[in-house]
Amino acid sequence: MTSVLEIDGLTVSFSTPDGDVSAVSDVSLSVEAGECLGLVGESGSGKSQTFMAAMGLLADNGTATGEIRLDGIDLLSANEKKLNTLRGERIAMIFQDPMTSLTPHMKIGRQLSEVLIEHQKVDARTGRARALDMLNRVHIPEAERRLDMYPHELSGGLRQRVMIAMALMCEPEVIVADEPTTALDVTVQAQILDLLAEVKDNLDAAIVLITHDLGVVAGLADRVAVMYAGRIVEQGTVGDIFALPAHPYTQGLLACTPRLDVETEALVTISGQPPNLQNLPSGCSFHPRCKYVVDQCKSERPALEAMDNGHIRACFRPHVEVAQ
Amino acid sequence: MWAYFTRRLIIAIPTLWVVITVAFFLMRLAPGGPFDQEAPLPPEIMANLKAAYGLDQPLWWQYFNYLGNLLQGDFGPSFKYKDFSVTELIGQGFPVSIQNGAAALFIAILFGIPLGTMAALRQNTGADHAAMTVAMTGIVVPNFVVGPLLALIFGIYLRDTMFALPVAGWNNGAFPNRILPVICLALPFIAYIARITRASLIETLRTNYVRTARAKGLPFRMVILRHAFKSAMIPVVTYLGPATVFLLTGSMVIETIFGLPGIGRYFVQGALNRDYTLVMGVTILAASMVIFINLLVDMTYAWLDPKVRYE
Amino acid sequence: MSDAPMNERRSGANLSVPNADALDKAADVEGRSLWQDAFRRLQANRAAMISAIVLIVLAFICFVGPAFVPWSYEEIDWDILEATPPNFETGHYLGTDSLGRDLLARILQGGQVSFLVGILATSVALVIGVAVGATAGFMGGRVDQFLMRFVDVMYAVPLMFFIIILMVVFGRNFYLMFLAIGFVEWLTMSRIVRGQTLTLKNKEFIEAARASGGSTASIILRHIVPNVLGVVIVYVTLTIPQVILLESFLSFLGLGVQPPMTSWGALIAEGAQEMEITPRTLILPAVCLSTTLFCFNFLGDGLRDALDPKDR
Repeated sequence: MTSVLEIDGLTVSFSTPDGDVSAVSDVSLSVEAGECLGLVGESGSGKSQTFMAAMGLLADNGTATGEIRLDGIDLLSANEKKLNTLRGERIAMIFQDPMTSLTPHMKIGRQLSEVLIEHQKVDARTGRARALDMLNRVHIPEAERRLDMYPHELSGGLRQRVMIAMALMCEPEVIVADEPTTALDVTVQAQILDLLAEVKDNLDAAIVLITHDLGVVAGLADRVAVMYAGRIVEQGTVGDIFALPAHPYTQGLLACTPRLDVETEALVTISGQPPNLQNLPSGCSFHPRCKYVVDQCKSERPALEAMDNGHIRACFRPHVEVAQ
Repeated sequence: MWAYFTRRLIIAIPTLWVVITVAFFLMRLAPGGPFDQEAPLPPEIMANLKAAYGLDQPLWWQYFNYLGNLLQGDFGPSFKYKDFSVTELIGQGFPVSIQNGAAALFIAILFGIPLGTMAALRQNTGADHAAMTVAMTGIVVPNFVVGPLLALIFGIYLRDTMFALPVAGWNNGAFPNRILPVICLALPFIAYIARITRASLIETLRTNYVRTARAKGLPFRMVILRHAFKSAMIPVVTYLGPATVFLLTGSMVIETIFGLPGIGRYFVQGALNRDYTLVMGVTILAASMVIFINLLVDMTYAWLDPKVRYE
Repeated sequence: MSDAPMNERRSGANLSVPNADALDKAADVEGRSLWQDAFRRLQANRAAMISAIVLIVLAFICFVGPAFVPWSYEEIDWDILEATPPNFETGHYLGTDSLGRDLLARILQGGQVSFLVGILATSVALVIGVAVGATAGFMGGRVDQFLMRFVDVMYAVPLMFFIIILMVVFGRNFYLMFLAIGFVEWLTMSRIVRGQTLTLKNKEFIEAARASGGSTASIILRHIVPNVLGVVIVYVTLTIPQVILLESFLSFLGLGVQPPMTSWGALIAEGAQEMEITPRTLILPAVCLSTTLFCFNFLGDGLRDALDPKDR
């Protein structure tokens, strides 16, 4: 199976009054049709910016270098016009905050149908019918009535369903969901995750799930990549990542996730602060917080090394030693 | 919506009453009276004049008398233009002011919004800085400087060329007579509207929903026009409310410079001459315009932002 | 990466950072205070810094300059009695006006009036606006309703007309003029402060202050006011030029300061009468007024960019 979306050596930097800041450094990823890739990291780890770059949505002071190919088409060198034929049509994105991500002065129906009208040149009537169909598919009750509502008349959960429906309108090959549940209530979160699982089963799309929550990834992703300070530190199948985490940061994240099946006395946290991107530690960016740190970590940056089963990680310490 | 409209009009009545009352008593606090002249009138003539206009009565009597007449639509006689009633004077002056004001408002919107939009879309480029410096100049060079300068240029320096323009008088609204006053009136408003449009559009372009619209692959023009523009216009409309009132109720300065018989000039002269009824009449007219235009602005909000409901 | 205008790279103060991610952490790790940070950004804004310097110099010249000018603003040079070009022998460095008064002395005196009006009238507006806004926002409920209704009614008043009526009433009093202008300029200030207070009120540190037994007055003074200060400073800087403009406008109509005192607006009105013969008498005060307004606006814009947390 070939990858629909391939990211190769992507670096994203922002120019600020205090100098350039690299939000993403030399990231390579790929995702196949029908597969769900979970991209995990703290806020500021560069996970969102990686895909903002793919969508051509970086802030104005941001620049991206490297390559991002959608089915062989390089997205980074595409101009706005070319990008517009791909965005919404072949690659779609679901954003974190459904409360502010819908245009407040447009009716839901129109916001949905305009994607189709733009890309597939259907007429308004067909667009509306397909929008209604899609609202039903994402299980929005009374879909017909909602078409003529404004976003503020819908709850957060419903709005996120609308966002998902919007992303699905053209049945894109790649769907990027950026923290789709973070802004929602816990019960609603579960419903949205169920919906995403359903989308994954029914469509042959590649799904990228960006989240800081390993629990979200566990149920949905086939493969998981972990980012720290703009770099991928570990990547592997969801089974490997959860059963045999090979990077101290991943282990830390796993330890932080509260579990019902294991009795612990207190919540575990990773000590120290998330890194300051303007002033990254030397060597391995994680070394100030790492409990396995050795001198080498402070001066050299570990490269990603392959282990078995496509599992890769960037750490100097032997896997066994780390995996206790 | 009609219920809302009516309710707002009903609320307007006490507001108008406050305006009338405050203006009435403030005017009377001002030193001097309407019949003061360089050579004082003989006391008996003064007494007769005052009696004729009811000014010899106690102030509260005059106040209620004025209110009573007002309810019957009578603004009273002008103290200074002795052959005219205030209604007649306003009837003459208001069309002049409103025509100039409307023309200036139209020009201000026509140029201000596109200028601000272009600056926003080219943010921090040379074109943006140039447009905004010009706009700032339009704001900080007051129109009582621009007016005389334009008059100097078109009325005197270019007097014998095809560009010569009349610099004074209304001439029954002849087109050339309107050009300079309207341009002068419009300039600062073009500048303000351009600045507000730019700032607001830049802010809107950073919203999440504009990002969503871009992520949908809509052409840039459509992102701007369909998704960003309506919200971006909200601050512009907020500004347009008072600006419209100011323009329509006559710019006193422009009417003074160009010698136009509008209500702005009547008001200033009335205030200086203690022409109580004329000042009251114009104030009431202006207050009614403020109330009406605020209502229009609020209804425009409801159209721009569906979250705003008629309460 | 793409050629659409939205993606053009920007620099300087108007930088936008992608939402929530990437950079918000980077900003204040070293624990710079809001004010230090803002000041640093202001210093980087060349237009604003130049404006501030020009304003200080202008104000200094207006208030100290008259001591070095041989003529006073009201003194008529009986040897001249008409507008004359600059003449260093008679000590009229910028010439005289149509009555033979020294133009430089009059421009400096007019500048004093403009700066005084700007600062005093804005202070009046500031005190009333902050008091009303902070009280309404913090107390909420009936007090808020009453105060804001009042502000609404005031907004429905054609203010320009009332200022003119007030000017007629207070006509001969220089200081009541400041009061009159200040009285009508506080409305927007009170709305801004109220809005800010409302958002601050529910912040944790206010809760904390209340929980630890702070009185309402002390919470307003020690916690609310310092935190709305940024917005207020910006608004004050932008109100001063408005007030100066308003005063010149009134003086132009003959409603402002009384002769022989003068202001830039009054000088412009006089100059407009003579502009065919001596354009100087119109242009010099106009340039002074416009420069001052320009600088205040640039400074205000610069302060807003420096203090506006949205742009960080």
